[in-house]
Amino acid sequence: MDLNLNPDELKFRDELRVWLSANVPAPFAGRGGEEEKGEHFEYLRAWQKKVCDAGWAGISWPKEYGGRGARLIEQAIFTEEWARAEAPQLINVLGLSLIGPTIISVGTPEQKQRFLPKILSAEEIWCQGFSEPNAGSDVASLGTKAVLDGDHFVVNGQKIWTSLAHVADWCLLLVRTDPNVPKHKGITALLVDMHSPGVTVRPLRQMTGDSSFNEVFFDNVRVPVANVLGEVNKGWSTAITTLMNERAHLGTGIYVQFKRNLDLLLERSRQIKRGGKPVSEDPVIRQKIAQAYMELEIFRLTNTRALSKMHNQSVPGPEGSILKLQWSEYNQRFQQIAMEVLGPAAQLHGFDDGQWIFNYLRTRANTIEAGTSEIQRNIVAERVLGLPKSY
Amino acid sequence: MDFDLSKPQKLLQQSAREFFARACPPEKVRELMATGTAFDDALWRDMADQGWTGLIIPEEYGGLGLSLVDLIAVVEEMGRACLPGPFISTLWAASLIARAGSEGQRKQYLEPISMGEMKATVALLEESADWDLDAVSMRADKDGKSYRLRGRKEFVNDAAVADLIVVVARSGEDLVLLPVESGAAGLTITETPAIDATRKLYSLEFEDVEVPESSALAFTTRIREAVEEATETAMVALCAEMLGGMEWTLATTVEYARTRQQFDKPIGAYQAVQHQCADMFLMTESARSAIYYAAWAMSEKDPLAGLAGAVAKAYCSDAAREVGNRGVQVHGGIGFTWEHNLQLYYKRAKSSEILFGDAGYHRNAIARKVIDEVE
Repeated sequence: MDLNLNPDELKFRDELRVWLSANVPAPFAGRGGEEEKGEHFEYLRAWQKKVCDAGWAGISWPKEYGGRGARLIEQAIFTEEWARAEAPQLINVLGLSLIGPTIISVGTPEQKQRFLPKILSAEEIWCQGFSEPNAGSDVASLGTKAVLDGDHFVVNGQKIWTSLAHVADWCLLLVRTDPNVPKHKGITALLVDMHSPGVTVRPLRQMTGDSSFNEVFFDNVRVPVANVLGEVNKGWSTAITTLMNERAHLGTGIYVQFKRNLDLLLERSRQIKRGGKPVSEDPVIRQKIAQAYMELEIFRLTNTRALSKMHNQSVPGPEGSILKLQWSEYNQRFQQIAMEVLGPAAQLHGFDDGQWIFNYLRTRANTIEAGTSEIQRNIVAERVLGLPKSY
Repeated sequence: MDFDLSKPQKLLQQSAREFFARACPPEKVRELMATGTAFDDALWRDMADQGWTGLIIPEEYGGLGLSLVDLIAVVEEMGRACLPGPFISTLWAASLIARAGSEGQRKQYLEPISMGEMKATVALLEESADWDLDAVSMRADKDGKSYRLRGRKEFVNDAAVADLIVVVARSGEDLVLLPVESGAAGLTITETPAIDATRKLYSLEFEDVEVPESSALAFTTRIREAVEEATETAMVALCAEMLGGMEWTLATTVEYARTRQQFDKPIGAYQAVQHQCADMFLMTESARSAIYYAAWAMSEKDPLAGLAGAVAKAYCSDAAREVGNRGVQVHGGIGFTWEHNLQLYYKRAKSSEILFGDAGYHRNAIARKVIDEVE
């Protein structure tokens, strides 16, 4: 056990700290949750451009592709410093954390040159077209078809739950290129221009009232063969590369946001009075807040542990498989506690810009997106504990 | 950065695992729980030969002088074996003596503890059963050059086997720490049979037990902090022991789910059973994150170590019980029997949940630190 940083890591941290203190913009007025719209979107895109110009975007990417070749510990430091400085999130998150790394590992030299710089600068925003109406947890059963026609694939079908599609310029799309083989063996990954003729994006309105993900329809969309990522009919292994990145990265950024929410709730609990006393003095509320603090802290520690294991041994340890369950289920419990702390005002769209009610509703999706809790538990049971397969 | 046991720590852990698998199999646990003290002198001496009774005691007092992280690597294995006896109690007392004792007292007590020649415990709780030091009210009145202890201590672990009992009492407004030897005149030790027969509890009655003033552990004026720190040390070790118990329960349950067949399939192929096991894994690994960090923070004297300790005990208290609940459920009827070893771990989890304060107690401690102490 040694959680102290080495001199190189300390230097990295200090350099980042100095840059952030000089460059973090004033927060965008208005609540979170509508990052993908209008002025807020432009604010975030401009922020990422600034981050990129200073060399802080995609720090985990190799230097030759515009990154810093940062190792995992530095990525964790990056996240912590980002939190400390209350810096806005990077808008092209799917490109930076999922699609870029996949292009780096299986893309052609031309693809790398063409796509990577604009992912870093947020000049081109990316989305990920995996899920379909009939292919959710069982993504490999997807039915969106691509048929070869000369030097193009012609794509027909529908994707759903596609975050950022309404602002995206490009999509990493999984399509079926061979319907006559077992489902995992007939899938191809394509890099699709979202401005192509035949692409229609229809925002889905969520229970929060916002529209941050979409249905995407493909009607005879022509995609050059040069835009196959990886090999034809080997798209499943490309997708796995992407999903591995998803598991490796999603835990890190999330702590930032959650800690801020907890700190804000602590502040509110001292301000709001009930029965003539601050809510923070209510013994039941204190127990609940302490429980939330404990759970969030254990998520932070498990995340650090998972990073350290990957950093030192280059393979993910079993602890990584519980991170998604930890954060998603924590967040649901936390937002409920927040409702109880805040009292009747919590339900008002006008209280704290409506962020509590938004978060409360938004967390319902946490145990569904990026692998449902049921799928996560299946993975733990079968791959980590070695129980027999259930399907 | 390395959030894991080091290579030497893993080797130490492996040797401890092999040692306890050999020296303390379940039959041994059952044999000892049926005795009056749950203590086996030969086993204790073997542990002392390995250096474990003095693992974190400085070398100058005959210990190995290792860190708290080294210690928990070994204690985790004690938990996996459901080791009976006064290890945690002795550790608690030794940690207290190390902090509050004079040089002479440290030599007097820590050397024999390291050598395995002395077992010890701490008498803290009273009828109020409150872990808060403010609740200590037993009198230790000054009478010339002596203190006189009058009153009762409750829930004292391993008192019948302890050669030394460190009594936390009150003289005027001040806390005093008085070492009392097991045969002291006026001391009556009565077993209070409880859920966990592998770590027995006692009620202690003090009728004018005389302790010379010079025997008091009063090398520091910060008695309260000394008790708190020593308790945190023993508590994080207890958490590691709970972790070992959780690991045993998880491994045993997974193995059962792999082999037990119903409706022509192993029950572990059903998601309802798989998800119970996945939750047990989640709780076990979450506990590990909290415990390893707390032990490291304490060994580094991190200012937030106390908070890390409270987080670890709050989490482990609920998790160890819940892992046991799921384990029994997956086993079905056999898991509810006296014959199955699950019951040993299930009961240990409950007694450990209570020892040093349960989840509610430690959530209060967390709340004081994160809600009330604003920078």
